[in-house]
Amino acid sequence: MGGMATADSYVLAIGTKKGLWLATSPDRKDWSLSGPHFLMSEVPSIGIDTRDGRTRILVGVRSEHWGPTVFHSDDLGETWNEPENGAITFPDGTDAALERVWQIYPDADSRPGVVWAGCEPISVWKSTDGGEHFELNTGLWDHPHRSEWGAGYGGAAAHSIVVDPTGEKVHVAMSTGGVYRSLDGGASWEPRNKGISARFMPDPFPEFGQCVHKIAADAAVDGRLYAQNHHGVYRSDDDAESWESIAEGLPADFGFVMLTHPRRAGTAWVIPLKADGERIPPDGKLAVHRTDDAGASWKRLDAGLANPEYNAVLRDAACVDEAEPAGVYFGTRGGSVYASADEGENFTEVASHLPDVLCVRAAAVTAALLPAQSKG
Amino acid sequence: MNTGLPAPPDSAISVVLPSVLQPLAGGQSVLTAPAEAAVTVAWLLDTVTGEYPALSRRLRDETGSVRRYVNIYVNGNEIRRLQGLVTPVAPGQEVLVIQSVAGG
Repeated sequence: MGGMATADSYVLAIGTKKGLWLATSPDRKDWSLSGPHFLMSEVPSIGIDTRDGRTRILVGVRSEHWGPTVFHSDDLGETWNEPENGAITFPDGTDAALERVWQIYPDADSRPGVVWAGCEPISVWKSTDGGEHFELNTGLWDHPHRSEWGAGYGGAAAHSIVVDPTGEKVHVAMSTGGVYRSLDGGASWEPRNKGISARFMPDPFPEFGQCVHKIAADAAVDGRLYAQNHHGVYRSDDDAESWESIAEGLPADFGFVMLTHPRRAGTAWVIPLKADGERIPPDGKLAVHRTDDAGASWKRLDAGLANPEYNAVLRDAACVDEAEPAGVYFGTRGGSVYASADEGENFTEVASHLPDVLCVRAAAVTAALLPAQSKG
Repeated sequence: MNTGLPAPPDSAISVVLPSVLQPLAGGQSVLTAPAEAAVTVAWLLDTVTGEYPALSRRLRDETGSVRRYVNIYVNGNEIRRLQGLVTPVAPGQEVLVIQSVAGG
C-alpha cells in the first residue's frame, strides 16, 4: 500500500490466541504496549489500512463461544466498531458459516476502499467500503475443485491474497489446495502449482492440492512471486505459471512465513522451521533469513533474538512495514514479539510472554493519531 | 431453574442473557417476546434478537445452527437434549443462554 512512509510514529498490531495488543514507537526500537483488546478471543487476522487519509485497523476476531466477526477501529484502538449485520457472512444458499477470518488485505492506493479477505471455510471476499461489508467471491466458491480442497492442521482456509497493480491479476493461496490465479480480477480461477511438490500426496506434483503456507509478490518485478510451502521454498517469474525451488542455502525448507520488501526487487524473508514433524527453529536456534537476489542466496539474521527458542512462527505472525529501511516484525507461539528497523539486521523485543502470536501488522502513522497514553 | 429474576407474564417468554452478551442487547439482561401459545426456540430467538443482529450472530451462525459452545436451556434442559431449535417453549417460561466451558 503506497509509497515510502513519511510519518513520525509506528504502530504494531499483535493478534494472539487470547486478544489483541497494540504497540507504538517513535523509532521502531522503543515500544509502548497496550492491551489486551478482545480478551479471550483469538485475533488471527489484521489489516492496517492507511489509505484515504486515515488509519483503519481491521481485525478478524473469533470467540470460541460466540463465533467469528470483524471489527474496525479508526482511532488506533480507542473504540471498535462491528458492522451491525456483520462484515463477512455467508449468503443464503451457500449453506456455509464463517469459521475464521484468516486474512485481511487492503488493496492498492489506486483502489481506496477495496479490502480483500481470505477465510475458513476456503473462500475469498472483497469489500469496496473499507472493510465494513464484504461480498463472497463466487468464482472461487463455485470452483469445481472446491470439494477436493482439504484442511491443513490449522483448518481449511484461503490465507494469502496478492493483487497486482492493475487489479486484474489476483493470486490466492489456500491450505490445502495450492495457488490459484485469476486474470480477470477474481471472476474466474485456475490452479497454478507447476513445480511445487506435495510430498504428502500420492502424486507429488499434482495440479492442485499443495499445502502452500504463504505467498508474497515481489514489489518491483512484475510477475514474480515467492512461496513458502509445507516443505519447499519457491519463486515464480511468470505469474505462477511455473515455480522453481529457492530453498538452497536455507537450514530447512519448512516454515510458514513469506515476506517481501515493500519496494525493492529481489528481497524476501523467511523464518525456517526444521520440518513438518519438528515444528521448531532448526536446533532451537531462531533466525530470519533474507535474500536480496530473489532466492539465489540467503543471509541468516538472528541479532537480538532469543537463543534457544523452540517456538514456531505462524504464517501471518510476521510482516514488514513500508518505511525506509523496511521494518521486519514477527511473533512466536511463545508470545515473544520482535521488531527490526533495519530489514532484519538487528531485532529488539517488543513484547514477551503474550499468548500465542497469530498475526502481526505494522504501519507508519502520524503521532497525532496516537491515543493519549501512547504519546510521549 | 430460578434465576432470581421476575417471572415473565403468562403472555410472554423471557430469554436470559449472560452478562458478556448484554452490551449487544442494549444493556438488557432479559429479552422478552410476547407469546399467547407455545413457540419454538428458533422463533423465540428470531423474535428477541430481531433488533440485535450482532447478538443473533453470537448465538447462531449463518446457517441458523446454534454455535457449538452456546447452550440454551428450556426448563433446565439444554435444547440439544430436547428437540433442538424446534423445542417448544410455553408462555410464562424462561429460556437461559449460557456459554459452555470451552477454550484453554
